[in-house]
Amino acid sequence: MRRTLYILLSNPLSAIGLFLVGTVVFAAVFADFIAPFPSHRGAVVDFSNFNQPPHWPNIFGTDLVGRDVFSRILYAYRISLMLGVVVLAIAVPIGVTVGLAAGYLGGWAEFVLMRLTDVFLSIPPLVLAMSVMGLLEPTLTNGMLAVTTMWWPWYARLVYNVTRSEAQEGYVLAAEIIGASRLHIMFREILPNCVPSIVTKMTLDLGFVILIVSSLSFLGLGVQAPTPDLGSMVAEGGNYLPDSWWLTVFPSLAILIAVFGFNLLGDALRQLLGSDQ
Amino acid sequence: MSPVVRLLVKRLSISVIVLIGVSMLIFTIARVIPGDPARIALGPNATSEQVEQLRDKLHLNEPIYVQYGYFVRDFARGDLGISLYTNRPVMTDIAQFLPATLELVIVAGIFMIGLGIPLGIASARYRGRAADNIIRVISLLGVSAPSFVWAVILMLLFAFFLPLFPIAGQISDTLAVPPRVTGFLLVDSLIAGNFAAFFSALHHIILPAFALALSGIGQAARLTRSNMVETYDKPYIEMARSYGFPARRIANRYAFRPSLIPSLTIIGLDFAAMLGNAFLVEAVYGWPGLSRYGVQVILRKDLNAIVGTVLVISATFLIVNIIVDLLIAYINPRIRLAERSGS
Repeated sequence: MRRTLYILLSNPLSAIGLFLVGTVVFAAVFADFIAPFPSHRGAVVDFSNFNQPPHWPNIFGTDLVGRDVFSRILYAYRISLMLGVVVLAIAVPIGVTVGLAAGYLGGWAEFVLMRLTDVFLSIPPLVLAMSVMGLLEPTLTNGMLAVTTMWWPWYARLVYNVTRSEAQEGYVLAAEIIGASRLHIMFREILPNCVPSIVTKMTLDLGFVILIVSSLSFLGLGVQAPTPDLGSMVAEGGNYLPDSWWLTVFPSLAILIAVFGFNLLGDALRQLLGSDQ
Repeated sequence: MSPVVRLLVKRLSISVIVLIGVSMLIFTIARVIPGDPARIALGPNATSEQVEQLRDKLHLNEPIYVQYGYFVRDFARGDLGISLYTNRPVMTDIAQFLPATLELVIVAGIFMIGLGIPLGIASARYRGRAADNIIRVISLLGVSAPSFVWAVILMLLFAFFLPLFPIAGQISDTLAVPPRVTGFLLVDSLIAGNFAAFFSALHHIILPAFALALSGIGQAARLTRSNMVETYDKPYIEMARSYGFPARRIANRYAFRPSLIPSLTIIGLDFAAMLGNAFLVEAVYGWPGLSRYGVQVILRKDLNAIVGTVLVISATFLIVNIIVDLLIAYINPRIRLAERSGS
């Protein structure tokens, strides 16, 4: 663990990634203490101070109803990260199970499961999530559902590929010879060898969930007002360019920084764990 | 059968199975949603008789598999039903809006391949040096923001602060739109011999297409780099080096060709992502493509139109992937030469 941390910190890009991710997670968790105006996460209006460029104490300016943009970004981080964790917590077990079963059992199971995966993969992710989201009511729960439906196939395909090559290894044959059950082989023998790839992908994906969720709410199909969301902040501010540039520029940069951080860290983990898929 | 034809047949049949799966999936999602589509279409003032009539007309009172049967029958005739939002056949609507979206995606695809792959080659060739690190950071930044963020940032920089490009639209308002032949404005204006319209359209498409392409450029560069770095460790590169072949020739020929194959696969997937992301970029630049239509029909629960839009987009994606597979088969000597030896 200490060695891992040392290697991560010795590469400047990985160190920056770790720093950015740390900052974003810290900001999301402690938003209540950092945000100068915690109440501005909701439907607050302050017309005496609306649409102001950055100044003290509103360091990122204020929006059209006078709310502090900086505070809203912090709370938006919290919701995005929460969504990311929940989506992955549901999508990863589903995808991993499908991938293991298809890769190890082969035959009909493989054909049916992988074609099912192909079906989901052949609808552009954003379009699939949009359709699910639009057909249901746009709430936070449905947002998670929408993003989850598009996320598990990627894990199915990843684990399927790893499983196929692992199934050829001697240790799997050995387990089969001593009569271990298929479930045991799949989950206790093969799965541990897929973990590095899965962990790497999860790190990268936390960033991409933020990206997709913000894209959905940018189109008005995601997190609904007054809940702060980076995507809807950019969409709203986009109508007031270029004069009120702070309304779009800061939320845009907030997305960029968070996703960039997760990408750097994921890349570093990939090299470290040697799971170049 | 030659291997390439066999591959084509195999891919086509799998694609048909997948497309049937997509249609079942989206059809089921569209029918199990809460809320009565007939009621939504007619509005709150319609009488319950009117609603019932429309439900009958749309076969909404029958079991879902019967509804799906009707849907498949109509689809086979090229009929996707009537959009409840525009009151026109869904096929007509899609035929009107799809070309502008495809045009945007194709130009973005050209940017992605034309910039992403050369950047990746350069990065691998100068591995570990400053140029490599700069390209890596740029490509990572490219994939690190949704395309609407790039769209907004590029618009702010190159349309407002430096007014090099137009802010929105597909063509200058002062110019007459050339007669519609293919629906692709760039092609139509050339057919009409209207060069002013062509250059205006080209001028308008650059910024949105670039915003759409940025994450793909980053992805292609990253992938090409990592594949080439792997190829550089192979013995035949070592051999080429020890023979004293020029570094440029090694990079562009011996290391690049095998690395192109995995990159192409991902480019196919990126194309799918761009079809979706085009929705975001179109919203920023007021591009008259499928985006506004798609978002509107989704918000209005216009079932026929949603099913139709998703199906057409998925079909486009599957076709692109078949083309990519064939391209790979053509580049990959293992498949191409198997044909020549007749085995």
